[in-house]
Amino acid sequence: MSSASSPMAPPRSFIWSRRIFLTLLAGFVLVPVYVMLSSSLKPLSDVTGKFRWLPSGLTIRPYIDIWSTVPLAKYFMNSLIVSVAATLCSVVIAVFAAYAVSRYEFRGKRVFTVTVLSTQMFPGILFLLPLFLLYVNIGNATGIALFGSRGGLILTYLTFSLPFSIWMLIGYFDSVPRDLDEAALVDGCGPLGALLRVVVPAAIPGIVAVAVYAFMTAWGEVLFASVMTNDSTRTLAVGLQGYSTLNDVYWNQIMAASLVVSVPVVAGFLLLQRYLVAGLTAGAVK
Amino acid sequence: MRKNPSDPAAPGPRRRRGERIRRIGLPYLLLLPALILELLVHLVPMVIGIVMSFKELTQFYIRDWGTAPWTGFGNYKVSVDFSAPVGKSLLHSFFVTVAFTLLSVAFCWLLGTVTAIYMQDNFRGRGFLRALFLIPYALPVYAAVITWVFMFQHDNGLVNHVLHDQLHITGKPSFWLIGDNSFYALLIVHVWKGWPFAFLIVMAGLQNIPKELYEAASIDGAGMLQQIRRITLPSLRPVNQVLVLVLFLWTFNDFNTPYVLFGRAAPEAADLISVHIYQASFVTWNFGTGSAMSVLLLLFLLVVTGVYLVITSRGRRSADV
Amino acid sequence: MRSIRAAAVGAVTMSLALAATACGGGSSTGGGSNDSPKTLTYWASNQGASIAIDKKVLQPELEKFKKQTGITVKLEVVPWSDLLNRILTATTSGQGPDVLNIGNTWSASLQATGAFLPWSTANFAKIGGKDRFVDSALGSTGATGKDPAAVPLYSMAYALYYNKQIFADAGISQPPATWAELVADGKKIEAKGKQALGAEGANVSENIHHTFVFAKQHGAEFFTADGKADFTNDGVVAAVKQYVDLMAKDKVIPVGNAEYAQNQSVSDFAKGKTAMLMWQSASANLKSQGMSESSYGIAPIPVQSGSPGTGVQTNSMVAGINLAVFKNTNNLDGSTKFVKFMTSDAEQKILNTAYSSIPPVKTAQEDTAFNTPANAVLKNTLATSAAALPQVADESQFETAVGTAVKNLFADAAAGRAVTTASVKAELEKAQQQMPAK
Repeated sequence: MSSASSPMAPPRSFIWSRRIFLTLLAGFVLVPVYVMLSSSLKPLSDVTGKFRWLPSGLTIRPYIDIWSTVPLAKYFMNSLIVSVAATLCSVVIAVFAAYAVSRYEFRGKRVFTVTVLSTQMFPGILFLLPLFLLYVNIGNATGIALFGSRGGLILTYLTFSLPFSIWMLIGYFDSVPRDLDEAALVDGCGPLGALLRVVVPAAIPGIVAVAVYAFMTAWGEVLFASVMTNDSTRTLAVGLQGYSTLNDVYWNQIMAASLVVSVPVVAGFLLLQRYLVAGLTAGAVK
Repeated sequence: MRKNPSDPAAPGPRRRRGERIRRIGLPYLLLLPALILELLVHLVPMVIGIVMSFKELTQFYIRDWGTAPWTGFGNYKVSVDFSAPVGKSLLHSFFVTVAFTLLSVAFCWLLGTVTAIYMQDNFRGRGFLRALFLIPYALPVYAAVITWVFMFQHDNGLVNHVLHDQLHITGKPSFWLIGDNSFYALLIVHVWKGWPFAFLIVMAGLQNIPKELYEAASIDGAGMLQQIRRITLPSLRPVNQVLVLVLFLWTFNDFNTPYVLFGRAAPEAADLISVHIYQASFVTWNFGTGSAMSVLLLLFLLVVTGVYLVITSRGRRSADV
Repeated sequence: MRSIRAAAVGAVTMSLALAATACGGGSSTGGGSNDSPKTLTYWASNQGASIAIDKKVLQPELEKFKKQTGITVKLEVVPWSDLLNRILTATTSGQGPDVLNIGNTWSASLQATGAFLPWSTANFAKIGGKDRFVDSALGSTGATGKDPAAVPLYSMAYALYYNKQIFADAGISQPPATWAELVADGKKIEAKGKQALGAEGANVSENIHHTFVFAKQHGAEFFTADGKADFTNDGVVAAVKQYVDLMAKDKVIPVGNAEYAQNQSVSDFAKGKTAMLMWQSASANLKSQGMSESSYGIAPIPVQSGSPGTGVQTNSMVAGINLAVFKNTNNLDGSTKFVKFMTSDAEQKILNTAYSSIPPVKTAQEDTAFNTPANAVLKNTLATSAAALPQVADESQFETAVGTAVKNLFADAAAGRAVTTASVKAELEKAQQQMPAK
């Protein structure tokens, strides 16, 4: 990414106000992260008593216990399978749809884009029960188990991220010069060949951005997962609730588990954030 | 909605007939998977939901909801009868949600924009800070919100520890998860989690502002603030148009944050409409009324979005001239 | 804007056409069959300290069942936070387990959905007859006059758990038997710097259980004889106020408890922070938190005056878990066999011991394992001074509405706002209006 935009050296007052502002903001952002990290290393007595900034003693027990209190590894696998599959499908479908909208003029184009985007405003609660019924009925009629299976969840999640993904990719594809695919067409590639060999490679940052967004949507969803999964397909977002049991709230384990769950997404997100900004720059915000 | 920059699509040499048919069919083929899935997961269930909203779908009928009696607009009447308790509490929840959404969107946008502008120039630690600021957005909702629950506890929470024990600002420890403060607790959590998204988008938007504009302005002798006022903010207009709308819709429909923060019985002061409807349907087992409420919510959001787009697009058009 | 309108019209027509085909459905209304006689799915509620512990308790028993009958039982332990939703979705879809645990207070509400197999005399005969079960437990299995929707599995009762050491330090020689005594003892305890009584102010179910008992003690009912909600009668208002006043006026419940909803009060008690706790069958729970059985005592929940009994001397609800058979089961005979197995004397002893509950089966109850002093109090309460929550179809709505009202009142009390007869009545009025119109 290119750095800097205003050529003039910023005035002193600006630099000072920036320092103060960013320090305060960093504090606001960091405190919960610190709490999560430090509490996950505290003994249970520390986290169920008065809050203390520094642990009375460090322990990695919570990190060992989390795996047995709740079948975390299984939930982790479920979340991983569901999120990765939903992301892949969502990206592929969004690429096709966005390519059609970006490169072709056809009847119903506006209707399509507006309809797809408008699904963003549906309150999830409106279609939770109907969707559930629909899956059950499809299951009864065709024998394809959607309800309670990972497949149903994948299907649901991929459509959650689809509208935003399509919309972002349309913007991104628009920014890829048409001459490129024209050239490919002249070279004898079909339209799909042009898409796969020319447009997609040129749009990698946009596609990565969309993938990151789709993955995060699927990874953190609670409402639908709580209704549509069972013991063997439960995802992390719901499974984590298992740490507050009849007995006690194992805050240190909750924090440890939250951290374990967060690390892969946060790390992936931060690694890919450059693409994300680049993708957004060229796609969504142009 | 977006404008397609190069409108008369698909130029290129004239092709043979069969190919033309394929050409016409191809875009539909490409759209088909997306279309089918949107229909299956969003549109059809939505229509089923609308059908449900005209039925008396209580515990006596859920087992076979085809047999539930039609109630016409009964569920709607109950929902909008603001003198009766159901309507009154729905209206209350609606106002709480509106206030919450406006404040949350405003703070998210403000924090995001200010931070993006501050971080426009390169300085030491910029990359690090940017990564840091994105953490809340990257955290899974449950993990983030449950940490705040931990911090907001009355007896053992960090917030009271700091405000009461260390800074002595409050005379006695406050409650954050019940009672009136719960509204602020919800707002803080939501802004904490949501502002990095605004930051990200605005940051991307800033990259698209041509440097020449700034150069020209500084030659004209415009100071930092003037540059921000005259160049940065106007250039961000189209970005903001979409950003604010998206933030608004996401915030208004947000369910995960209040649900994890308060559980299924939210305190009145923080009774967001999504949780309210959830409670109306799943806790009191009246899915008909719950659906009617959701339909009303959807209508409201449609109207707001429509009006918003009309107003902002008109403003944009006149600004372009 | 035209495009949006067009899109809306397009979307609606398209989906209407599709929905017309999809919507006809509802669920299949099967009446149970024996299509898959070799397997069963069983949803257990979370009774032990964690789901993992529940699996450890139940799995060996399911193995025994398999040995006896050749039927494999697929166990899923459903957390309480999910259980009711899962039952609802199973009911709506017809796709659920074969056998499941339900909170006994939900019996009448779930009975109204028609999703469960009714336990007619003939069905009861298959598991050894209705007479095998204790009357108080049977009182919480569905609306009176109808065939029960479920069979009692575990019984529990409320008792006052008190920390012996704190009592001794405060110079209290015996546990309080009346509320006045409890408040007086509370003051002594607080003078020693300990918290007196723990409560779960933000837990809707706990609130209901306690206010129900208080209402009984005021001679009041939440429902009229013909099943109408009547939350604002003087007796109920006084009852709710008396419970909330334990925090608001008497100050024996610490204000921090107003936000408790995840059993923090139990761990406060286990840690010796609070001196008293009103809980149902807490022994196993306390043990898993490292509190030794000798360090606390168990006494009946206080009454207004005199000693526990029936009517205004009631001092507990009939708490417990029932076992229900899902009507849509594909293994009706197997399900019945499984219920018979779970309610057999041998299994009742094993399971109720593991969960420190009382067997609702008469013959199992007589076992010496349930004659410890702790169990004696619980058993006695169940037999003589416990009452079942209203067995009406609106029970679960009642729990939510009134439980939330009490939660709000606790929040008021905690914030230092006055809790008056008028404010209690206003909250209950609101709760009553949320009940389904008849």
